[in-house]
Amino acid sequence: MVKAAKPFRPVVATANDLRSGAVVYRDRDGKWSKHASLAEIANTQDAADRLLALARADHDANIVVEPVLIEVDGGKPATLRERIRDTGPTIVLPGPPV
Amino acid sequence: MYRYDEFDHAFVQERVAEFRDQVARRLSGELTEDQFKPLRLMNGVYLQLHAYMLRIAIPYGTLSSRQLRRLAHIGRVYDRDFGHFTTRQNLQFNWIRLEDVPKILEELAEVEMHAIQTSGNCIRNVTADHFAGAAADEVADPRPYAEILRQWSSLHPEFSFLPRKFKVAVTAAPHDRAAVQVHDIGLHLKMNEKGDRGFAVWVGGGQGRTPMVAKKVRDFLPEANLLAYCEAILRVYNLEGRRDNKYKARIKILVHEMGEAEITRAVEAEFATLQGKALTVSAPEVDRIARYFALPDLKALPAVSEAYEAAKRVDPALALFAKRNVHPHKVPGYGILTISLKPIGAPPGDATSDQMGAIADLAERYSADELRVSHEQNLVLPHVKLDDIPVVFAQLQKIGLGSANAGFVTDIIACPGLDFCSLANARSIPVAQRLSERFADIDRQVDIGDLKIKISGCINACGHHHVGHIGILGVDRKGEEFYQITLGGSGDETCSIGEIVGPGFSSDGIVDAVETVIETYLKLRASADEPFLATYRRLGQEPFKEALYVR
Amino acid sequence: MSDDVFRDGAFHAETWSFPKDDEKLPPSGPVAVGKARFLIEIQALRSRNGEIGVVLTPGESLDGIVDHLDRITLVALRFTRYSDGRPYSIARILRDRYDYKGELRATGDVLRDQVKFLLRAGFDTLDVAHAGTREALRSGAVVAMTHHYQPASAETSEGRTSTAPWRRVSS
Ligand code: SF4
Repeated sequence: MVKAAKPFRPVVATANDLRSGAVVYRDRDGKWSKHASLAEIANTQDAADRLLALARADHDANIVVEPVLIEVDGGKPATLRERIRDTGPTIVLPGPPV
Repeated sequence: MYRYDEFDHAFVQERVAEFRDQVARRLSGELTEDQFKPLRLMNGVYLQLHAYMLRIAIPYGTLSSRQLRRLAHIGRVYDRDFGHFTTRQNLQFNWIRLEDVPKILEELAEVEMHAIQTSGNCIRNVTADHFAGAAADEVADPRPYAEILRQWSSLHPEFSFLPRKFKVAVTAAPHDRAAVQVHDIGLHLKMNEKGDRGFAVWVGGGQGRTPMVAKKVRDFLPEANLLAYCEAILRVYNLEGRRDNKYKARIKILVHEMGEAEITRAVEAEFATLQGKALTVSAPEVDRIARYFALPDLKALPAVSEAYEAAKRVDPALALFAKRNVHPHKVPGYGILTISLKPIGAPPGDATSDQMGAIADLAERYSADELRVSHEQNLVLPHVKLDDIPVVFAQLQKIGLGSANAGFVTDIIACPGLDFCSLANARSIPVAQRLSERFADIDRQVDIGDLKIKISGCINACGHHHVGHIGILGVDRKGEEFYQITLGGSGDETCSIGEIVGPGFSSDGIVDAVETVIETYLKLRASADEPFLATYRRLGQEPFKEALYVR
Repeated sequence: MSDDVFRDGAFHAETWSFPKDDEKLPPSGPVAVGKARFLIEIQALRSRNGEIGVVLTPGESLDGIVDHLDRITLVALRFTRYSDGRPYSIARILRDRYDYKGELRATGDVLRDQVKFLLRAGFDTLDVAHAGTREALRSGAVVAMTHHYQPASAETSEGRTSTAPWRRVSS
């Protein structure tokens, strides 16, 4: 059975920096930035394919690991998982007791 | 405690050098990510949601003050000032730079610690009863055997590329605090009529997608055969375990598919070829290792401490703490003190570097320099004079860790979930926090009594939800977090897997749902002494189901 | 398969031939075949002039092979993926239970990080395709453990310590 094609939603490329592990997004200049807001958004399937190919090339060049495309909504990661990756845990991190 | 000799030091140093070389090869590009991944996993380095995570082994949960201070230091220097104690007696740091890992491992090696086999398809950190070596009810200290197993399993040339991970737990008390029946191998140390030591051997327990209670394949395996028998089990598993489907690769599936009789036959046949050879556990070797675990020199004291009794009479908070967080010690005049890492509203199992430092000081001063880490994500001071408990309690309160809630409804186990874990479907920690806040009232906790809530953020079940009296499993339903409730699980000697009670609840509804279950229990219990699990086992899930779903 | 193999710290020219299943056996010289062919053609193999070897893939047991071990001088165990550890157990069973003294070769996905495990499990020869691993073996750059906590199948080449019965030291 062929599934109905999902309508295309804008995507950005994200990965983790090989050395530090930090969450990074590929920006318009082909650099990897910690800020999702700087990420290059692919608005068409062709642009998405191109972006993924570039991200994978950066993986093969040992700059980043686990590159993937993620959907964005209003420029921000669309899923809860990706929002948490972007902005950090949703809990107050343990600190010295008040 | 076990102390490294030259050989042990050389071993971990070599392992650090080996891993440093592997990291360097990865960073230089000689190793691809695909090639590197199994190597880093075998040394506890994951790539999680936010960064690399490093999982450090705390073998059988035993830790010295010096080691805990070193962990605090690593948290401070290389991470965000706190660490997470896991359900497998490990410690995790969440924001570790790959480049830093060799340096961190070196720092760990200095205090006789490592991250060897805290992940990967190999024999994982051997866990044990967290009261081991102190518990009044144990037959003997199980840790010498856990140490023997740790050594035997470390970088084992035959069993480092198993079908899947492999977990071994050891206990020596009739009351099983190590959950041996939900491990790949569970070992229950006991004594026969002649006074010889041996083990009941359980095989094929586990949680995850297909939870199963282990089968007992030997009622009494003589101590001498411990390693040969484990080697036989592992060999059968390595050769016969499924490798075609990661979800069917654990030994529990093999036991299930072969059947208890057939797997026992295969193991016994293999064992027959190994028995009496190089792996024989000799009495002198057990004695040699056991000497490291000798009870610290605890001064004989009266069984009852007048000072302690008097302090309890005037301070109800201390009295409650004594009741919940202090367990009987094998030496009169001493207690085993549980430090709850579950203050109301806090993420379960987390401790800041400052807290670790303060706890290390307490252990050094009041607990013969020893600590334990429990699979319930708490810390334990195993050897505290009853006389000293009031002052230790006061000190704990100062660092925010004086909660008298061990085993209560707010002593919740929760995995890191979607806040940290890349495999998660839903968040665990915020649910634990909200539940903890809902039941914050200590009188209500006392009224409810013993109740274990365990939360996992996905079916991998790191939060042990299958064996929670109330288990909560996070699932993803079309991008929304949903939570499924299981009831009646238990990880102790009366081991049972919790039963799914019905459709899941939204994130907003889960806390109310748990409260409904608990209120139903309070209404139905035969008496105030009947704990939740007993009521559930007596009545089954119907009344709970009705309360949850029929309105 | 490469045209050389690593043994005793150096690469040596390959002396075995590995005819495909549909190729005829060479008239002489050492020859190794897969298990199925071995079992069918055992008589032909035994009657020709040349050593006999067998190649096992992961999942193939020693059933039928062990009866002929006295005539076999090469067992090659293939690693299809290095994460599939079954050949380690087969190797140990051959060495320890059947006292097999012939060549035991690891072939396929063999990487430098496995080398010590392989040698300890009883392999004595490595057929290595991976360029980085070949280079590391050649230049002696493999960083590996020499202290071990358990006896294995490389007993004769490993030292012992006085302190504990299971400790071993390799070079
Ligand atoms: S149970 Fe799932 S979400 Fe929780 S830590 Fe384990 S893998 Fe992660």
